[in-house]
Amino acid sequence: MIQIRSLSKSFGMKPVLNNIDLSIEPGEFVALLGANGSGKTTLLRIVATLSRPNSGEVQVGRLSLPTHAYAVRQLVGVVSHQPLLYGELTAEENLRFYARMYGLGAAEARITTVLAQVNLEQRQHDLVRTFSRGMQQLLAIARATLHQPKVLLFDEPHTGLDQDAAKMLDDVLRSVAAVGRTVLMTTHDLARGLELSDRVAILSRGKIAFEAHSSTLTPTTFTDKYYEIIHA
Amino acid sequence: MLDPTEHQLPKANFWRAVGTIAWKDLTAELRNKEIVSAMFIFSLLVILIFNFSLELDKSARENVAAGVLWVTFIFAATLGLNRTFAAEKDRGSLDGLLLAPIDRSALFFGKLLSTFVFILIVEIIVVPVFSVLYSISMFNPMFLLVLLLGTLGYTVVGTLLAAMAVHTRAREVMLPILLFPVAVPVVMAAVRASADILAGAKWGRVAGPINLVVVYDIILFAIAIMTFDYLIEE
Repeated sequence: MIQIRSLSKSFGMKPVLNNIDLSIEPGEFVALLGANGSGKTTLLRIVATLSRPNSGEVQVGRLSLPTHAYAVRQLVGVVSHQPLLYGELTAEENLRFYARMYGLGAAEARITTVLAQVNLEQRQHDLVRTFSRGMQQLLAIARATLHQPKVLLFDEPHTGLDQDAAKMLDDVLRSVAAVGRTVLMTTHDLARGLELSDRVAILSRGKIAFEAHSSTLTPTTFTDKYYEIIHA
Repeated sequence: MLDPTEHQLPKANFWRAVGTIAWKDLTAELRNKEIVSAMFIFSLLVILIFNFSLELDKSARENVAAGVLWVTFIFAATLGLNRTFAAEKDRGSLDGLLLAPIDRSALFFGKLLSTFVFILIVEIIVVPVFSVLYSISMFNPMFLLVLLLGTLGYTVVGTLLAAMAVHTRAREVMLPILLFPVAVPVVMAAVRASADILAGAKWGRVAGPINLVVVYDIILFAIAIMTFDYLIEE
């Protein structure tokens, strides 16, 4: 579903991604881990059409970027550590805004459905600025899944959440991934990344330094491997 | 392979997207009143300061009125334009707009429309106050037309450059530095036309500057449509 070949990206003279190759199958959940500044967010932003690579090839649903960026935006839903919501609008108004931006028909029914999926029906008429950080992230997932994207990109979605909210977010992430969506998630949380994903990849110094199926790793072996790569 | 011409969703209507973005901005502004109130208070302060510092006789006031009014609106509009994309960037919602499968020009027109309405609201309130303070009747259809056209031109170029400045670190400083030199022609023409109209000049005399404002507006629209896609991306 996502094919990345020989991808390189630099900001000015500073290389961030260096000849990356990564392939994600349809329906697969891949967790991308790495230290701060390793290029996780940059990689995600390129796949999301928000940034352009200096060289290399990216395909989402076999649509090449940036040529088919418009079509790819319809296939992709993004949740980052910022919820991409408007505090002065209610939850329902935020979703209605994005429904119109995505040209959705029968938007009201879809809004009701996604609000129910994240258990926010009771708060739909409240301004988003009154929501807790955890509730805003749940609403961000509702926003990102509103147009029923085939690919979900999560950029450190647990940032700033307390334990309860993070656990609730995990449940929602599992449920949105369970319907056959392809998921690429960046995270700093090794245990959570391993638990949620089908496959883990470690990005270090602009390269994919390690890839493995999550089922072949234990939290301990994965943690050891991670620090071995990061401190190499 | 997916056919890129067969979109998963119906293509978002261009003008519907424009209206949606403007609706969102206007609704948010109606609730927090951040931009319009800042522009209004700033405008009021500027015309009061000019009024008290330029203790002029009536004819001298008439000579400087158009210039003072346009300087007031340009500085006030710059405050609003600074927030057009910066507010989206600060709350992180700019990515949400850029992720939507809409023509980038729809984003430009939506932002242009909401900012233009904000500035017009300030002008509607400030012009009568200015008229009383400077004892000059401004309820002249031709003057109001120039005000509308001049504001439109300034807002078009301001919205375009605000999209460029939002990715820079010192964007609040950068926007006026980029904007004022580019806006000089439209402002000069608008001030000239406004001064002539307020002095009671006939159409033959004011037609030249008004035409210049119209031509400038058209050129700016064309440049904005051609370049906005590149300016808004990182």
